[in-house]
Amino acid sequence: MQSQLIERAKALLADGTVDRVLGWKAGEFAYDMTPALFSSAQELDEGFAYDAFCGANLSKYLVKESRKGGRVLAFLKPCDTYSMNQLLKEHRILRENVYLIGVPCQGKTDVETLRALGITSITAARQEGEDLVVETLYGQRRIPLAEAMAERCKACKGKKHMIYDERIGEEGELENPDRFGQVAALEAMSSEERFAFWRGELSRCIRCNACRNVCPACTCEQCVFDNPASGVDNKAAATSFEENMFHIIRAFHVAGRCTDCGECSRVCPQRIPLHLLNRKFIKDINTFYGEYQAGEEAEGRTPLTAYTEGDVEPSVVYTKGGND
Amino acid sequence: MKKLPLSQMPALYAAMAQGGALYLPVDNAAGDAQFTRWQEGMELSRALNTVRSAKDFFFPQTENLVSFRMQGKTIEIIDPRTEGEDFVLFGVRACDARSFTILDKVFLADPVDSYYKSRREHGTVVTLACTRPEETCFCQSFGIDPADPEGDAACWLTEDALYITARTAKGEALLARLDGLLEDADPAPVEAQKAQTAAILAKLPLAQFTTRSFGGDVLMKAFDSPKWASLSEACLGCGTCTFVCPTCQCYDIRDFDTGHGIQRYRCWDSCMYSDFTKMAHGNPRTSQLERFRQRFMHKLVYFPANNDGEYGCVGCGRCLAKCPISMNIVKVAKALEGDVHE
Amino acid sequence: MQVNEGFKPTIVAFCCNWCSYAGADLAGTNRLQYPADVKIIRVPCSCRVNPLFILRAFQRGADGVILCGCHPGDCHYTTGNYYARRRMTLLFSMLDYLGIERERTRVEWVSAAEGVKFAATMNDFVSTVTALGENKRLEDLRCKAN
Repeated sequence: MQSQLIERAKALLADGTVDRVLGWKAGEFAYDMTPALFSSAQELDEGFAYDAFCGANLSKYLVKESRKGGRVLAFLKPCDTYSMNQLLKEHRILRENVYLIGVPCQGKTDVETLRALGITSITAARQEGEDLVVETLYGQRRIPLAEAMAERCKACKGKKHMIYDERIGEEGELENPDRFGQVAALEAMSSEERFAFWRGELSRCIRCNACRNVCPACTCEQCVFDNPASGVDNKAAATSFEENMFHIIRAFHVAGRCTDCGECSRVCPQRIPLHLLNRKFIKDINTFYGEYQAGEEAEGRTPLTAYTEGDVEPSVVYTKGGND
Repeated sequence: MKKLPLSQMPALYAAMAQGGALYLPVDNAAGDAQFTRWQEGMELSRALNTVRSAKDFFFPQTENLVSFRMQGKTIEIIDPRTEGEDFVLFGVRACDARSFTILDKVFLADPVDSYYKSRREHGTVVTLACTRPEETCFCQSFGIDPADPEGDAACWLTEDALYITARTAKGEALLARLDGLLEDADPAPVEAQKAQTAAILAKLPLAQFTTRSFGGDVLMKAFDSPKWASLSEACLGCGTCTFVCPTCQCYDIRDFDTGHGIQRYRCWDSCMYSDFTKMAHGNPRTSQLERFRQRFMHKLVYFPANNDGEYGCVGCGRCLAKCPISMNIVKVAKALEGDVHE
Repeated sequence: MQVNEGFKPTIVAFCCNWCSYAGADLAGTNRLQYPADVKIIRVPCSCRVNPLFILRAFQRGADGVILCGCHPGDCHYTTGNYYARRRMTLLFSMLDYLGIERERTRVEWVSAAEGVKFAATMNDFVSTVTALGENKRLEDLRCKAN
């Protein structure tokens, strides 16, 4: 697969369709791919990588890249194409300056997911059939790829690309995974239990802003939490209130626009399940205003920029099921 | 060298916690090690290291410096510091132990930071030797021996016992308090462990990594390298590397209006942030390239230039493990090596 | 309903300029009683209320926050309250999800003619929040009066 991508990128560079390529670059170890730009065949040969560890969603980089002049080729996995559409809907990417190639994805793993499975000290990794074989400093570990996948890939929306100029591989199928099981489990808890759960999670936050900065839906020129005129700017949460506020508002600001790409949870150094906040909004939107998947289309209104006269009243929150 | 059978660990923790607090790495809700205040029943995490470094205990993420209370036309100035509590920091790894030396150079140099100094004085650092270093470890590049860590006292865990030795007067005092639990020990098992760890260290992927080429007069060569553009292009501008780093020590001082007064506090800052060192005229570093460069120049060039060649890095590997885009000091140093050599 | 003797909650009521604020005025001129613990903040439209306003009210010591606007269909700006309705529904549901008592937040539509409804709404909300007691889960200790 990797060589196929490289060949296509080289051809598009050679015929002048694009003048640079946005992809993933191999690093020191087997797993530390960095998003990178390549502008020659030589650079592609030297460092371009595409494998089970290339999890980073590249769509957000196009906000900047599409404004740099010239045309950039970007490789997008199926779930990245939802982010791409959403960014186009918000007029954040200049479409004419990007050339999109949809690449197939069988699910991604990452070093944190492997660590959670007790696999550390990784020196090499390769795919063997359905298995991931990981060499570590302390011996070899073999694990089915399906088990090694990140949580977001286990709840994959499907292998179908929403937008592309050309596609490598067959057209994929949409899937309908149960994405809301954990949210429903939390809803079924008592209010006290939920409070304890979220305190336990959010109190680990170090306010590094990785979740915000990686999020393809967070593209404000200046974030409200960085704006000294907003009255809520801060660099560290001094109290539990500020921890809660940051995460409530971060999730709210992307409500109706979040495609559930899962980058926030992937990058969190403290492994806070941030996607459970976003999915709560998605679940509520589906329940209250009808099924909606952000990024399916590059046009149209999002649930929070639309309304109907018969919308449910906010009091639905008191009368909904579950415990209080 | 003293020792204690592993079955006695709870008693050891209880004794260390006497007359103060004991903090040690314990697994948190996410299954990661986190320094936690010891309570009966808590067990030492088996993870190699904590996600957050041990610097938090001397240089916390947020800290009140002074409070002002307004009543009518009078302003009362309140020093929020209370007499600090003595505490023991147990299970600190060699890399983090060295980071305190680096932080001391910043905070204990004139003018002395009295908030930091007070915490340093109240804390006793008990280190724990590593036996299973990971692929991201490169402390040996900075002359740190993870099998023989610094600290007020150092420990080695073997299959059946904990070996402990004091290295400073504070460590001696701690050991004196634990005397009833400890027995004299033959250091042979510790020496055997050191040899075993040394063999693993030699095989680590970053065993040959060195920052030596940055020590000399390379400031402008490094600063002007054309490589910064490609190195920084994917940087998200988040603060992960800074906040998990045991040696990053930049902070911001801010006022919080409580409605009835002001709390002036300091909090960690990150040079990766767009409002880092922002002044009335704006920000001196307007692009992510400049901000990114600042972080690595500081660690590799500016800090050693001002501190007798000591780098602002201890090779703990946290940034390698945690950077969302997997860009880190090792990649940067390797990429720039050629440019500073020329 | 249980009563919480001696506890007087602080309530913040965001009222839209065109309907609910006038409704509050009417309640006043008609000498209808509602607790003085309700602090009214006038906003141009219910959709001016950003979720941050709600959170910051709690931070600054509110025990309950209520948003009042024109009835759906009657917005002075035609559609503002429809957007506010969606936002607040989702926000309140999220607060509930985080384990913050859902009864501490409320939206009511109060027209300029509904002085009686305004007073009744406030009386009811104050008694609900009084029964809940002090806001502990979304408090900022720095802001507590000392």
